[in-house]
Amino acid sequence: MLMQTQTQAETDPVTRPTPVLALDGITKTFPGVRALSEVSLNLYPGEVTALIGENGAGKSTMVKILTGIYQPTEGRILVDGEETRFPTAQDAADAGITAIHQETVLFDELSVAENIFLGHAPRTRWGLLDWAEIHRRSSEILTGIGAEIDPATRLRDLGIASKHMVAIARALSIDARVVVMDEPTAALSHKEIEELYELVDQLKAQGKAILFISHKFDEIFRIADNYTVFRDGQYVGEGRIEDTDNDALVKLMVGREVAHIFPERTPELGDAVLAVENYCHPTEFEGVGFSLRRGEILGFYGLVGAGRSEVMQSLFGITRPSSGRIRIDGEAREIASPADAVGAGIVYVPEDRGQQGAITAMPIFQNVTLPSLGRTSRSGFIRLAEEFKLARTYCERLDLRAASLDTDVGNLSGGNQQKVVIAKWLATQPKVIILDEPTKGIDIGSKAAVHDFMAELAGQGLAVIMVSSEIPEVLGMSDRVIVMREGRMVAELGGDEMTPETLVRHAAGIRES
Amino acid sequence: MLKRILTARETILAAAILALLVLIAVRFPAFVAPSNLIAVFNDTSPLMLLALGQMIVILTKCIDLSVAANLALTGMCVAMLNIMMPGLPVAVIIVIAVALGTLMGMINGLLVWKLDIPPIVVTLGTMTIFRGIIFLISNGKWVNAHEMSPAFKAFPRAELLGLPMMSWVAILVILAFFVLMTRTSLGRAVYAVGGNPHAAVYTGIDVGRTKFTAYTISGALAGLTGYLWVSRYAVAYVDIAGGFELDTVAAAVIGGVSIAGGVGSVFGAVLGALFLGVIKNALPVVNISPFWQLAISGSAIIVAVAFNAQANRTKGRVILKQAEAAA
Repeated sequence: MLMQTQTQAETDPVTRPTPVLALDGITKTFPGVRALSEVSLNLYPGEVTALIGENGAGKSTMVKILTGIYQPTEGRILVDGEETRFPTAQDAADAGITAIHQETVLFDELSVAENIFLGHAPRTRWGLLDWAEIHRRSSEILTGIGAEIDPATRLRDLGIASKHMVAIARALSIDARVVVMDEPTAALSHKEIEELYELVDQLKAQGKAILFISHKFDEIFRIADNYTVFRDGQYVGEGRIEDTDNDALVKLMVGREVAHIFPERTPELGDAVLAVENYCHPTEFEGVGFSLRRGEILGFYGLVGAGRSEVMQSLFGITRPSSGRIRIDGEAREIASPADAVGAGIVYVPEDRGQQGAITAMPIFQNVTLPSLGRTSRSGFIRLAEEFKLARTYCERLDLRAASLDTDVGNLSGGNQQKVVIAKWLATQPKVIILDEPTKGIDIGSKAAVHDFMAELAGQGLAVIMVSSEIPEVLGMSDRVIVMREGRMVAELGGDEMTPETLVRHAAGIRES
Repeated sequence: MLKRILTARETILAAAILALLVLIAVRFPAFVAPSNLIAVFNDTSPLMLLALGQMIVILTKCIDLSVAANLALTGMCVAMLNIMMPGLPVAVIIVIAVALGTLMGMINGLLVWKLDIPPIVVTLGTMTIFRGIIFLISNGKWVNAHEMSPAFKAFPRAELLGLPMMSWVAILVILAFFVLMTRTSLGRAVYAVGGNPHAAVYTGIDVGRTKFTAYTISGALAGLTGYLWVSRYAVAYVDIAGGFELDTVAAAVIGGVSIAGGVGSVFGAVLGALFLGVIKNALPVVNISPFWQLAISGSAIIVAVAFNAQANRTKGRVILKQAEAAA
């Protein structure tokens, strides 16, 4: 399927002002990965440009390039039409570019004023901090954005929305000309989002150029003037918001040539092995219910923060649900801890493998056998020969390449560490394996290997739950897909209903048009 | 494999201890006479026992500053018990000492586990409390040698195959610890909890319970050492083994136990203790003021930690092909 690029920037270039900031033909490669490939982005004074794309489309890389954190491999950065470079984050800040990150990077133990001016605080002529000036200008900026916060308050005493306001104030304190907002509404309530919109309108009125990154279509149509779409690190198109609609944008986002071949499988579905009934959590999700059969791969799709991982962590006993039931092979099971889950045959390969996956200071074989030591012990003592045998069996099944099973896991590559974690769980002979973003951050070749392997597991009768934010992966691997949005299951799709458009529509909450 | 053994922390430390002995032997050959070496080992036994307890706690990313106070309180309790019931067999006294120490360890463990209080705060608190209790039960008075029964005092000195019982106890505990740390799921859990607590949770290990168990074991060893200490020196008072908790931390750290948890071995901790023991016993022989001992052990700690930091420094990603071939 070849997409025609629907570039709608057919507005006469003469009538457009010079962009404050233009990125032209930017390519960024990391060892083994091409994160951005000849992409362009134009930001105009007094206008909001929405940067749209799926997870992994390269938006965050772009933000890092234009704030001086990454250096582009190729391409030009133009400020007011003049070519320039941002060797450091400070250079980007000096050029008037400021970013408000998704997770605000602030200091809880410092005061609001200190947070706003940290790093560029006004000084007295003796070189000491000019506290009077810091507080005066802090309250000036805060009043300017309609935030009633005392600059002397300690940051930790503020709510999340106020912290966000402080982050914005900090961005404005360096007299920004370009403001980058990376999913600014992700953590905000409905009312706070409205306030943010007003703020964006104010910034526009002051002539600032705004880059607004969001997954939510209602937001984009509410506040953006222009859009630019990236897909898989490529520039797909740009144009005026008023000239487009939901459908056209969704198509631009997901339309793609299928570059990746997924393993052929003819699923042989067995009996239901896992049934989840009305699973609820006080704050994270509610009304989650589904069933899963042997040999089935069930995909969980949703935007980041839709509650998918939270559901999985609850199924694995990390958090306790407030209500709901789990049945394994038709039998009700209480899962109060990960040990219970492993005992019931549910295992979980977490998304954050560095933090939650392997114990890096431990040798491979000890990592693999950690949850299965009962089987390699006799009267409480581990039998090393049996332990090694067990570890070897599963490492070989996964084709794990290491000099010796005695090697510390910390010396392995990311892909191999992933294999150690999977081997660890397969050694427990589970019934259900939950893979949370199994191919995140690994290169194309290893991705195919993970996919083949997943297909093989399902072929052996294991029930697989795959949480993934990559549409091709979800569609290519799953027999069925559950879409989650804001902590609820919004759709369960199978067969022909599984299309990129329907997934995006349900995940972003776009009604049928 | 040979390279791995040669560069292991334990090998280097053992070599350092040997070098130290050779250095001393050049001027004072008597120091390395077998009988004197046995005496040094025997004298270092309490430190080895406590260093093992400290090691298992540090491995879980915690610390136990109350070990010496636990030792002193247990010692005072069994000494007073001995006055009250001189006929009580030593075996019963040892069981009581271990039980008392275990109880104190469990208190530490429960506070860390259930109330989630930082370990350094918990054990700093219980350290002071334990010392306070000694004062309360003894009214600040000493229990002296003549008040203790002969059997009570005889046990640590009794010799078996030319080695005092105190040394035998240390050797047995070292062997038991070796098995515990390398051949049981508890040992693995301890390393996992300290190495990566998040991953340990996701592997189904109860992190809090593992820490609790580590404190309990440390407490049991402190209790055992409490009896040995008081009976060997034949005296019990409020301040015995004052500051000794820092020696146990030092021994563990010198032995290669990472203060950040998850890394360390039984023989490392034992060698760390022996290193300090050799220095302590050698300094008076070579006529250096014992006050230097503090400075020397302090320097040894810093050298050991710097050594750890060097070894743990991440080497960065291998991107260059030729570097990969070399590695």
